[in-house]
Amino acid sequence: MLPIGHYLFLSMALFILGVIGVITRRNVIVVLMSIELILNAVNINLVAFSRLYGDVAGQVFALFIIADAAAEAAVGLGIIIAFFRNRETVLADEMDLLKW
Amino acid sequence: MLDKVIFYFFAAIAVSSAALMVTRRNAVHSAIFLITTLLATAGIFLQLRAEFIFIVQIILYVGGIMVLFIFVIMLVNLDVALHQIKFARQKWVALGVVLALAAQVGVMFWTTGKMPGQGFPVLVAAPANRLPAGNAEAVAQSLFGTYLLPFEIASVLLLVAMIGAVVMAKKRA
Amino acid sequence: MQAATQATIDFLKLYWAPLLCGVVIVAVLPLIAGYIVLVERKLMADMQARLGPMRVGPHGLLQPIADAVKLLIKEDIIPDDADKVVFWLAPVFSVGAALLAIGGLAFGPAFQIGVNLNVGILFVVGISALGIFGIVLGGWASNSHYSLMGALRSSAQLVSYETAGGMALVAGLLFAGTLNIKSIVEAQATQGVWFGFLAPVAFFTYLVASIAETNRAPFDLPEAESELVAGYMTEFSGFRWSLYFLAEYTNMIVVASVATTLFLGGWLRPFAGIRWLNFLDFVPPLLMIGIGAYCVLRMPRQPSRVQQIFMLAVAGLCFVAALVLAGPVLLPFVKPSMAAAVKPFYAGIHGGFWFIFKVSAYLYFFMWLRFTIPRYRFDQLMRLGWHFLIPLSIINVLVVGLALIFGSYFNLQGWALLLATTPAAILALVAALVILGMEQKSQARQETSSVTDFYVG
Repeated sequence: MLPIGHYLFLSMALFILGVIGVITRRNVIVVLMSIELILNAVNINLVAFSRLYGDVAGQVFALFIIADAAAEAAVGLGIIIAFFRNRETVLADEMDLLKW
Repeated sequence: MLDKVIFYFFAAIAVSSAALMVTRRNAVHSAIFLITTLLATAGIFLQLRAEFIFIVQIILYVGGIMVLFIFVIMLVNLDVALHQIKFARQKWVALGVVLALAAQVGVMFWTTGKMPGQGFPVLVAAPANRLPAGNAEAVAQSLFGTYLLPFEIASVLLLVAMIGAVVMAKKRA
Repeated sequence: MQAATQATIDFLKLYWAPLLCGVVIVAVLPLIAGYIVLVERKLMADMQARLGPMRVGPHGLLQPIADAVKLLIKEDIIPDDADKVVFWLAPVFSVGAALLAIGGLAFGPAFQIGVNLNVGILFVVGISALGIFGIVLGGWASNSHYSLMGALRSSAQLVSYETAGGMALVAGLLFAGTLNIKSIVEAQATQGVWFGFLAPVAFFTYLVASIAETNRAPFDLPEAESELVAGYMTEFSGFRWSLYFLAEYTNMIVVASVATTLFLGGWLRPFAGIRWLNFLDFVPPLLMIGIGAYCVLRMPRQPSRVQQIFMLAVAGLCFVAALVLAGPVLLPFVKPSMAAAVKPFYAGIHGGFWFIFKVSAYLYFFMWLRFTIPRYRFDQLMRLGWHFLIPLSIINVLVVGLALIFGSYFNLQGWALLLATTPAAILALVAALVILGMEQKSQARQETSSVTDFYVG
């Protein structure tokens, strides 16, 4: 195993890229994909520390995060499909029904 | 040495694919780059000797979640979107904030070794041949032993998500 | 620089065997897939009372080579508005996933291609599931309605039957207790019974699911010629189409190998543990001698000189194979001192023979089904997957688990476990059929009543 700093840097890089995607993209589907990227960065962190301390709990936590991400992606995409059927758009800028 | 080569290989693929993913105009291209990022992450898991998480990442994330994403992208594919601007109005402010965050984390990493009494943990990781034989067995013992309640709650969560997704995407008659 | 070259040399010294195996497989598998296609065409001809390809080479044996040459020299047409990069990438995804899955298999006790992975079977199943992307991206990149519909249908079918197949594997793995491929076969050796007998419902479910996973008849609606032209493969021609084709036949080999490993005893001889049945060890060489003798007998009936020489050559090959197979079995009788030294050879050669025999039997069953049963319509296909196979496989896991607890309470081992698992299998089947019946009744009632809205009603 490499020194833990390597994995932390990788995790941070992926996290930053995911946050950039969430904040700046207009297409809601790409925003959801960036959220998956953020969750992956956290997973790398967890598994790296699990290996460092020899405790398998980190990997179990990562497993729960993966299951959770699946559930969230499914519901999120269902919402996007329902919205698309009504408004014919997937751009975040145009989802402004509640604006006065 | 092999460890280092494998890590840098997969890390390079992961970071470059992620960077490409957040900057593509076409949503399907973004999805393909996310797939390569997830596969590279799975490679990192394998390098960390976490075989079960490696294969679960491939089966669930790449083989399940990304298939779902690609299906939905094809269902809502708008040609109009291809010619529109891809970044929201707040992109420069957002970029500035994110770069500030990145700089803060970077400075934290940089100075961690320099202050007295602080630093990254100097524990030596368990050498690979002393890890419990069978990563899948160890995860299973932990999952169905200590963490049985979160496991059951996760299954209820998945049931709720399934029902929710079906209801949201159902066609009204 | 010095350390880098030293590290490379160390790496090559450690891992030269898997690397060589990988290169050999990538080079040889297209040829094998081509000959499996020839076997399929000959079988199709036999079941339709005709002869099949007979012109190219003696008895049509050079037909795959002619097909390969034809595919390689065809013009590479890319549709006008197609996304060129994804169009190039899609077949690569399919073939890459299929070949990588082959790398996780073990054809004999010493024939493991890659390293002995702790999560062996899960690796093979998971990686072969990556082939879905090749299909979906190929259909999308073709920029054609038929391709996209075929791709979405095909991937929906694959995803639906993956769950059923996975749960069927879980039911089989309950007996094995491990995901490691070598340990699964060793468990079948120690328990003395193949898991296909202990979990027949799981075997049946995996059989049906694997037919759907590889897009074979009767589940081949997405790629049938009379339906959506060729589905997602419509716009791919020449070499790209041959990559998809190779991926499909490699997937067939992969699912057959997984089923053989888990349910049919892998590389074990039938009744591997029973000593007084050791005469079954002579079946492989006798089989080869029988085939060789048949070729020799049919030689005079061949129409031309070339074909006669060819028959003799095939007979010679069969006799050589019989000699190789009989060697490790006869040597302990002739020279008892070499009995221990010859054991690994016996395990390797005979193990490889039995494994290939079982995989071929499984593939023969696939082909037999293709030429016998008519095609399923897509909604019938989805109903079979979701309303029958998934409840069946889930109930089967529950019931097999109960049977195992029951069996361990009474200390049943090996064949005696059948006492517990057979009632369990019958129970699971009955429960799933009841669920299917209830579903069909409610479906019929729904169709006859007026259209109700989910929220309004």
